[in-house]
Amino acid sequence: MSGFGERAAAALADPLKQANVPRFAERTADHRVEAFREIDGEGLRTAAERIRSGAVADMPALLDLLQERLEANGAVVYRAATGADAARYVTDIARRHGDMVVKSKSMACEEIGLNEHLEAAGIEVVETDLGEFIVQVAGEAPEHIIMPAIHKSREQVRDLFEPLAGRPLGTEPADLIAFARGYLRERFLSAPVGVTGVNFAVAETGTVVMVTNEGNGRMCSSLPRVHIAVMGMERVIGQVSDLSVLLPLLTRSATGQKISSYVSMLSGPRRDGEGDGPDEMHVVILDNGRSRLRDTPYRSVLNCIRCGACQNVCPVYRHIGGTAYGWVYGGPIGAVLTPLLHGDQELGQASSLCAACDDVCPVRIPLHDLLLRLRRDRAAESAGRAERLAFRLWSAAWSRPWLFRLSTRLAGSARGPLPILRRWTRTRDLEVHR
Amino acid sequence: MTAMIGLFPTCLGEAVHRQAVRDAAGLLRRAGVEATPVRGATCCGQPAWNSGFADDARRVARRTLGAMEGLDAVVVPSGSCTAMMRLHWRELFHGDRDEERAQRISARVFELSQYLVDEVAWAPEPPAQRMPVAYHDSCHMLRELRLREQPRALLAAVADLRELPRADRCCGFGGTFSVRYPDVSTAMADDKIATAAAAGIGVLASADPGCVMQIEGRAARTGAGLRVVHLATVVAEALA
Repeated sequence: MSGFGERAAAALADPLKQANVPRFAERTADHRVEAFREIDGEGLRTAAERIRSGAVADMPALLDLLQERLEANGAVVYRAATGADAARYVTDIARRHGDMVVKSKSMACEEIGLNEHLEAAGIEVVETDLGEFIVQVAGEAPEHIIMPAIHKSREQVRDLFEPLAGRPLGTEPADLIAFARGYLRERFLSAPVGVTGVNFAVAETGTVVMVTNEGNGRMCSSLPRVHIAVMGMERVIGQVSDLSVLLPLLTRSATGQKISSYVSMLSGPRRDGEGDGPDEMHVVILDNGRSRLRDTPYRSVLNCIRCGACQNVCPVYRHIGGTAYGWVYGGPIGAVLTPLLHGDQELGQASSLCAACDDVCPVRIPLHDLLLRLRRDRAAESAGRAERLAFRLWSAAWSRPWLFRLSTRLAGSARGPLPILRRWTRTRDLEVHR
Repeated sequence: MTAMIGLFPTCLGEAVHRQAVRDAAGLLRRAGVEATPVRGATCCGQPAWNSGFADDARRVARRTLGAMEGLDAVVVPSGSCTAMMRLHWRELFHGDRDEERAQRISARVFELSQYLVDEVAWAPEPPAQRMPVAYHDSCHMLRELRLREQPRALLAAVADLRELPRADRCCGFGGTFSVRYPDVSTAMADDKIATAAAAGIGVLASADPGCVMQIEGRAARTGAGLRVVHLATVVAEALA
């Protein structure tokens, strides 16, 4: 597997990514700024941090309550310790009911590689969020938590859709959307199973909450006979009233909207006398390394509500997109989550430490501090011997003023033997002002 | 008894930006502050701290910390070094034999424009001619120290201050980040240079030697007609 540097270099060499990612990330970040102007954003962030930190602290009890209420509402709850457990459970249910699944956007499902599992079992998976659908057709992974196809131009989308349509399509977004709408509608109506993500799960009522703009989440959860909601265990919150803070903060942070087009609150399958809804509802509660984080200094990362705001303001993400981070989550939250949940300690280095993420995080996760902490972990656990030795020599020299003076003089004359000078001067001059 | 004020050149100040350090001393003198270089100080430890090597960072920072004992204030012509000393030294020396000393001394460390504007309320005599200049915020100075207006106030007093669009966006230096991932770092510098060019900016000032080194070095390599200067130098030149 290549390192972050190589993946980043590949992204930098992709002209369409370079054209599209900065543009849409910047625009979305600006929408967020606008949306925060009309509210007490700082007060709301503080309230949200308190709600999320409290929920993470109470997580075991809240999950028990959530399960109890969901089961009382007629849903089936499955606690998955690992991603493989979750994928197996979903695949077993899907296989029992047919050979097609319609799916709405879910980062948890990306995390567990659900589509690959389902396809390996001979089940067709259709992503129904437009952005997810585009990256699925392209055979790629989402580049952004909220805007999976942030890197695609409309020409690329046309080229991807035309073979499916079997006819020429223009590049007008309305035409492309109309095609996708028709294509997906047939699947919504015929798929026996719908899989969705979860934005929040309210323990006191046994309700999963889903925020979408296209209505596809509602289709996936209400048209098929079986609805399976997959949630990271940290999505749980205590009360419905918490949503009055979290929902507007999520949508304003994610897209700059006061509220999304659709907010679905689902408390169990269709009951007797109800006109619509699934016959069966399953809620998969995924651990996959999360509960372990509760007892570490990284606990606050579980506060994340997956809004993508940190990605939009990140100057590193802006240039490389999300997949260059090597796993599911890109940007600052990816640089923190990937080492913690996926084990790649290098990712903590994938930041210039500019701290722009700290200022926009709706739940005030101290991403900058967590990145520094991850770097200390890496230095202690997985840094190479050459790097350790380099810092040891550096500190030996620079704790002695005469060696410090000598080395700064050498570096200033660009005569140092250090390879870091070469890594600097490959793309930049070293301008010295004596 | 007169106050003892030290000027901490920092490692980049010693290695590549001696002119900025001299200019900082000159500005302090104009403001009526006689600052002497902190004898025996080397580096704040930031390169190792930001790379996760806390022990090595502490080893170097301890030398600098000790050299600052007895000073009433330490002025630093670098936002990120100031942030390291004012904010991160507390954590770096937490539980250490020098913890008390680090807390005491870190509170006396000031970034140059912070010291000139907030501490001594220096108001330079405006020159007859004001040259256009824009300001680039360094990340740690802006988002850790929350120093936004102080450098702008200095520049506005002596120059024709223009706003650089997205002035708060990182230039891509990031210390060791710039050599760990030079491709991404360079793309970020190009972004900064392109933004300045689109806004018709010819002179860009920053209060961080790292940012100056990064943007200036890339502009020089690509032949971009952008002059990147340390804040102290711009102000000193305007008053010369």
